[in-house]
Amino acid sequence: MTATLDPIDRGIIKATQAGLPLVAEPYAAVAEAVGLTEAEVIDRMSAMQARGIIRRIAVAPNHYALGMTANGMSVWDVADDRISDLGARIGALPYVTHCYQRPRALPDWPYNLFAMLHGESQEEVEAKRAEVASILGAACRGHDILYSTRILKKTGLRLRDE
Amino acid sequence: MTRPSRTVLPPEALDPTDRAILNALQDGFPLTPCPYDDAAAALGITGEDLIARLSRLRDLGAITRFGPFFDAAAMGGAFCLCAMAVPARRFDEVLTKVNAHPEVAHNYERTHALNMWFVLATDSPEGIERTAQAIEGETGLKVMLFPKLEEYFIGFRVQA
Repeated sequence: MTATLDPIDRGIIKATQAGLPLVAEPYAAVAEAVGLTEAEVIDRMSAMQARGIIRRIAVAPNHYALGMTANGMSVWDVADDRISDLGARIGALPYVTHCYQRPRALPDWPYNLFAMLHGESQEEVEAKRAEVASILGAACRGHDILYSTRILKKTGLRLRDE
Repeated sequence: MTRPSRTVLPPEALDPTDRAILNALQDGFPLTPCPYDDAAAALGITGEDLIARLSRLRDLGAITRFGPFFDAAAMGGAFCLCAMAVPARRFDEVLTKVNAHPEVAHNYERTHALNMWFVLATDSPEGIERTAQAIEGETGLKVMLFPKLEEYFIGFRVQA
């Protein structure tokens, strides 16, 4: 790790990366685990949030359990001079998560915009794909969608022990 | 949880309060001494009830995680989406080799010639290239790197 993360921040991350304790005073519980005061933990976590190290403290819903059983990674070949404004529009759609510009890998991979589309069925995802296609219009030269057939691993970020 | 539940909950498993919790807590959670009390007040329930419901939602598999979400890049590390075209007959062998790397945070099989898509999360930007090269050496297959150039997504929301 670089200097952006000192041992105290690291300790807090390690104590919370599996989740926030479900007790009335969770930051006090974290503080006890890492040998700090509650106020220090709250200050440190606020600072990490301000620096973008903590993106947010939140619930991650299980899309599948909530009925969003279909998801497709849609990929689009968007004109370079339009991708900034169109990417922002696609990212703002309520059924889109994880919308990024990524490099093309020519000749095999012409796509530079990636957007995960979620729905209750593959038909619904395909309908949403058509909506995205109509928003992109002539700025899009081609697209594809990759459905996931199996989750092979899902652990999320884990700091290694030092 | 390494493999999130692939069971769809019956609609009656969640009541309107559960759904309100799922919707509200996707946006954020307070950094205050009694955050459950504070978050619960906005939902018209007690902190104790919120804790009990979150615990049940987790046990049911309605939520995969509750807590801080970290950005590896902001910590001086890096994330990178990677893809490989793995021949069907070698899929399990290659999967074992790829997943053996702790840097592989997520891995999905997808319908495409590029059929294995995974995310590398490493302590340093150099770690991405190093891990990708190690996987190429072990498998003899090319690892294509798709680092993010720009992020457009506004939120990771699902309407519960």
